Amino acid sequence: MKRRTLLATGAGAAAAAAMGLPARAQTPLKVGFVYVGPVGDGGWTYQHDQGRLAVEEQFGDQVETVFQESVPEGADAERVLTQMALGGAGLIFTTSFGYMDPTINVAAKFPNVKFEHATGYKRADNVATYDARFYEGRAVIGTIAGRMTQSNKIGYIASFPIPEVIQGINSYYLHAKKVNPDVEITVVWAYTWFDPAKEADAAKAMLEQGVDVIAQHTDSTAPLAEMAKTTGVYGFGQASDMAEYKPSPRISSIIDNWAPYYVKRVQAALDGTWVSEHTWGGIGDGEVVVGEITDAVPAEVKAEAEALRDSIGAGAYHPFTGPINKQDGSVFLAEGEVATDEQLVAMNFYLEGIKGDIPS
Amino acid sequence: MEILLSINWILLLASLMVAATPILLAATGELVVEKAGVLNLGVEGMMIFGAIAGFAVGVETQAPLLGFVTAAVAGAALSMLFGFITQVLLSNQVATGLALTLFGLGLSALVGQGYVGIKAPILPDWNVPLLSQIPVVGPILFRHDLVLYFSIALVAATWAFLKYSRAGLILRAVGESHSAAHALGYKVVRIRLLAIAFGGACAGMGGAYISLVRVPQWTEGMTAGAGWIALAIVVFASWKPWRVLLGAYLFGGIAVLQLNLQAAGLKVPVEILSMSPYLITILVLVIISADRSRAALGAPAALGRVFHASE
Repeated sequence: MKRRTLLATGAGAAAAAAMGLPARAQTPLKVGFVYVGPVGDGGWTYQHDQGRLAVEEQFGDQVETVFQESVPEGADAERVLTQMALGGAGLIFTTSFGYMDPTINVAAKFPNVKFEHATGYKRADNVATYDARFYEGRAVIGTIAGRMTQSNKIGYIASFPIPEVIQGINSYYLHAKKVNPDVEITVVWAYTWFDPAKEADAAKAMLEQGVDVIAQHTDSTAPLAEMAKTTGVYGFGQASDMAEYKPSPRISSIIDNWAPYYVKRVQAALDGTWVSEHTWGGIGDGEVVVGEITDAVPAEVKAEAEALRDSIGAGAYHPFTGPINKQDGSVFLAEGEVATDEQLVAMNFYLEGIKGDIPS
Repeated sequence: MEILLSINWILLLASLMVAATPILLAATGELVVEKAGVLNLGVEGMMIFGAIAGFAVGVETQAPLLGFVTAAVAGAALSMLFGFITQVLLSNQVATGLALTLFGLGLSALVGQGYVGIKAPILPDWNVPLLSQIPVVGPILFRHDLVLYFSIALVAATWAFLKYSRAGLILRAVGESHSAAHALGYKVVRIRLLAIAFGGACAGMGGAYISLVRVPQWTEGMTAGAGWIALAIVVFASWKPWRVLLGAYLFGGIAVLQLNLQAAGLKVPVEILSMSPYLITILVLVIISADRSRAALGAPAALGRVFHASE
């Protein structure tokens, strides 16, 4: 079916070229998406696929979307990208950090294809990058976590030691500590984006250690399923709302809303105004959405968290505002100083008060 | 030392048994398949299909045990596809097994579309009378669900079957030399199909254990490589049922332990902790197999070879 479409497109293009017709208007722009997990993960990849569907909805016949799910980060990704580019894709979104080098490598071979890499920092003339300020959402759920914990132990299921994840841990801890100076954080590195059984085990390990509020940086709903077995423990939806675990254990969530960005970029590609740039949207841009705070949270805590969300969204408050020290006690930000984006994307240290080491 | 004390070892040991059960079930099934001389690399596919089939029926009927029965049937049914293609149409087992994994992953995603985000009915723990009251040992060993007990009983039954029963000896004969077994009048293809079906049923149940007990929910691709671990454990256990149990518990146990050690803040690099389940399982199983010179010959001689009666 796909091959046939491909042949037909190829034949059509060849015929159009032979007759000297302008090929532009007839052929839809083929937009490719490469996913790290299955579209049914209920989290990260699901949200990217919602963005893809929004593109289809918006542009109809003008675009054709293709996607490949569960693509391993590494050499396999390069193969998939090459195939997509050879298959006629004009714009390709690679939606996980580990696709950074494969994207750059393949982009060098296909200068006429536009690439967009999520959460990375390497760009080229035909490679743009985009990311969301998840740490803004982490500040809000950190506040809730600090208020909700009874044991003063909060947890974080981390995936890989990359700046995006470390920003999340730091922001979550910092804001929990602000409202609850006694709070301690436990970080478990799962070394996976998606492995439900392992994610559930990580949650279980922390619960057994007395942790009672857990945030996750992995993609499946499994940690919430594990928490649902125990009463009095709370978690947060990650990437997607994960509403099926409302009102408890899921007491709020950080939702990635990629649809507006994807629509905007596809529009730019169609108009010929696409340029390589870095986009980093947050709560204010609607790219990061804090999901409903449920009734399991006391009203005053809910109000406090929503006030923080709104003040971040309005640009009045930056989650990394000094004075903030690094784990070793040295100064990260002086009084009143706000972290620059350069500092954030290079963040490779814990903040003061967090125990343990970041794996290198 | 303080950290080791801060871990609740009773809870930990109990949860390692739960973590190991999916792999144990799948590996026990695959062991029988391989003993019959068939290499079915489709364990992952059968597991994930069992995971969704068991979950779907468990949710619809609210009877988790019925879910497990369905998962076994579903796994066996899927394995019969492999059986038909490899045993009757004589295709290459490696390629067919890999295809079965891909097929199972895709099919389960399709079947599971309506089941994302639904909660599973809970399979209650069954506290063994009296035994579960023993301090320490009771909570670790005797407060689990029925399927977990079943998985251990299955290992014992498989061991006894292969070692002592006539049918088990015939199955092994088929796996060692299908021509000789055929010459003796045994139905090689039929025996192998039965073994493949058993392997499929076990893999299906293993998958359902993930979706109904361990996680419990349905998510696409949720077995996340457990089938491959099961395959590896069969090899490292040199095709011996009790070593499969040891391997599965070691792997499952260390996988859980390393997360607990992280949570407890042990000062060991996380990279080392993360690879420890693989390393230690391989090391231990290699070491216990090393004392005999014939360890490498533990593999059934006809493993993966195509049989046709005209040979």
